[in-house]
Amino acid sequence: MTQLAQPTFRTQFHSLASPTGDAPTWLATLRQRALDQFKAVGFPTKKLEDWRFTDVSPIAKTTFLAGETGIGDTSIVREYSFGDDAVAELVFVNGHFSAQLSKLGKLPRGVKFGSLKQAFELDPALVQSALAQHADIEKNPFVALNTGLMQDGAFMFLPRGTTVDGVVHFLFIATGEAEPTASQPRTLVIAEDNVEASIVETYAAANGSIYFTNAVSEFVLGNDCRIDHNKLNQESTLAYHVATMQVSLGAKTTFVSHSTTLGGKLTRNDFNCTMAGEGAYATLNGLVVLGGSQHCDNHTLLDHAVPNCPSHEVYKHVLDGKSTGVFKGKILVRQPAQKTDSKQSSKSLLLSDDATMHSQPALEIYADDVKCTHGSTIGPVDEDMIFYARSRGIGADAARHLLTYAFAADVTRRIKVAPVRERIEKFMADQHGLPQDIAITNLGDFDEAAR
Amino acid sequence: MALLEIKNLEAGIKDRQILKGVNLTIKAGEVHAIMGKNGSGKSTLANVIAGRETYEVISGSITYDGKDLLDLSAEERAREGVFLAFQYPVEIPGVSTSYFLKAAVNAVRKHKGEPELDAMQFLKLVREKMALLKMDQSFMNRAVNEGFSGGEKKRNEIFQMAVCDPRLALMDETDSGLDIDALKTVSHGANSLRSPDRAILVVTHYQRMLNYIKPDYVHVMIDGRIVKTGGPELALELEERGYDWVEKESAAAV
Repeated sequence: MTQLAQPTFRTQFHSLASPTGDAPTWLATLRQRALDQFKAVGFPTKKLEDWRFTDVSPIAKTTFLAGETGIGDTSIVREYSFGDDAVAELVFVNGHFSAQLSKLGKLPRGVKFGSLKQAFELDPALVQSALAQHADIEKNPFVALNTGLMQDGAFMFLPRGTTVDGVVHFLFIATGEAEPTASQPRTLVIAEDNVEASIVETYAAANGSIYFTNAVSEFVLGNDCRIDHNKLNQESTLAYHVATMQVSLGAKTTFVSHSTTLGGKLTRNDFNCTMAGEGAYATLNGLVVLGGSQHCDNHTLLDHAVPNCPSHEVYKHVLDGKSTGVFKGKILVRQPAQKTDSKQSSKSLLLSDDATMHSQPALEIYADDVKCTHGSTIGPVDEDMIFYARSRGIGADAARHLLTYAFAADVTRRIKVAPVRERIEKFMADQHGLPQDIAITNLGDFDEAAR
Repeated sequence: MALLEIKNLEAGIKDRQILKGVNLTIKAGEVHAIMGKNGSGKSTLANVIAGRETYEVISGSITYDGKDLLDLSAEERAREGVFLAFQYPVEIPGVSTSYFLKAAVNAVRKHKGEPELDAMQFLKLVREKMALLKMDQSFMNRAVNEGFSGGEKKRNEIFQMAVCDPRLALMDETDSGLDIDALKTVSHGANSLRSPDRAILVVTHYQRMLNYIKPDYVHVMIDGRIVKTGGPELALELEERGYDWVEKESAAAV
């Protein structure tokens, strides 16, 4: 990337805390290096292949202030909190950790859990060993921006043999103020071998506020882990949400992730998953439901670096109004990665003539003994399905709503975390005038591998 | 009065005419079978009666229970008691059979001015019909037809037919892809629906299902027309001699 530095950069983020202060040298150096990188390349433009469908110039042109560190009215937190459904919950307000709103819960012995800012002080060696070692500041300017300006975020360390019963929730709330605000949440999860855990990231705000969330999450997972991950974007429909999720899987580690985007005016997700140990198994599923002039761009990378790794990917888009969806699903099979078995499917439902979908599989294969399949469909609600419902007495409009719900529910039913699944199903049911009891809680054991 | 009266029906798909003047009268209480080779138009007829808009009606009329059926949308026909058991039942991932069927039953009840069934009442209704079709309760929680075997799908069609309690039941090649046990179960389910108020129209290529569902009338369809009508013995004769002789006979008559 050889874009010129944006002259507006300094003024743009002028009131954000400068990345110096009392930070340890390694951290100050890391931030400075990242800032220098960002200044060198600037915001990406549509001339770059990876950004050709997503125009981030509205972000580049806006002056963002730092948001308040606290929140007066906590109703928005209560709305998105998992309450008793989470074994532990970290709440961030405009990127700042709120001890008061968080629940540290009872986690197994040896688990370290809390704000990243605190971990900089308490566990610097541990943080330093992994932070920014995976999310590459040179590959994505927004990663550089986040790394340069990061102040806080969620931190979790799970020692060998840990099983966390219940769901861990990272909740990032934007308060939305008179002037546009920005936050750079940074999440780091480190799991040693044989760890089992379920982690949810939620990004949310009251509707109607303009702000910019630029998140980076790194999950560094050892061998034989079983990690379930969910990301839920319920940002304001006027917000900018850019995020990179960088995951590294050790041998025989199973990682299942569901990324759901319901909010945001402009959303860009880069989801990069590296299978670094033999027998690692990755599932990256996604659901995007947009209306109005919302835009969401999901770039995923399944990086097969070693042999014998299966991976699965199902992305579904439901696009109404003048919304735009982008899906670029790259499967990279490096030369040593023999016996790779990768399946990708992208299905998009267009509910309006003005909605647009760009779906692009990208297979890059350097090994010769592999199985890779991909499929992509884009279209309106299936007419055969509509007729089937109508032939049973269900009206055409009702059938369309029901089938749109069903299209999305095909992804949500795979989500194991009830509060996430129910939230999405409720969103869909409300949107389509369907009763809550339509929610599919048990369609038998859904076997991803048997698809 | 006839429950269903079809007069000079011509219909097709895009620029291709498939039905070339069908005449058929069915009274309540009767079971009719339409037999014919692939491509003869028998499935088209069932779909046109059910209101599938892929097919365009060119001319002719269909009167159902004194109403002009062609004036009604597919869902209105269903609410008036027309039910089509599909040749290729559609899979709907993401909706449970239970929800789908409850929505269907309540749409029909609402149309009739009857109160909608609540969860308990609905469960009571379906339990009885499931036993009839030897279906496991777990079917209700599965997504509509998803991952079902061919036999399970067809059983599910007849199960839905039993729950929806239609006045005119159309069975479109329900026997195709069924093993003998499934065929018996499905036929038993269909037979249990025989009643003086109801008519059944069975569309099939083979005679074998008619061993179990005894028709009152058998019609042979060739090239978009019903060319011969007889009793159950006609089905046996077709099974034995094939369709060619009927074809020759009808060609000679022209």
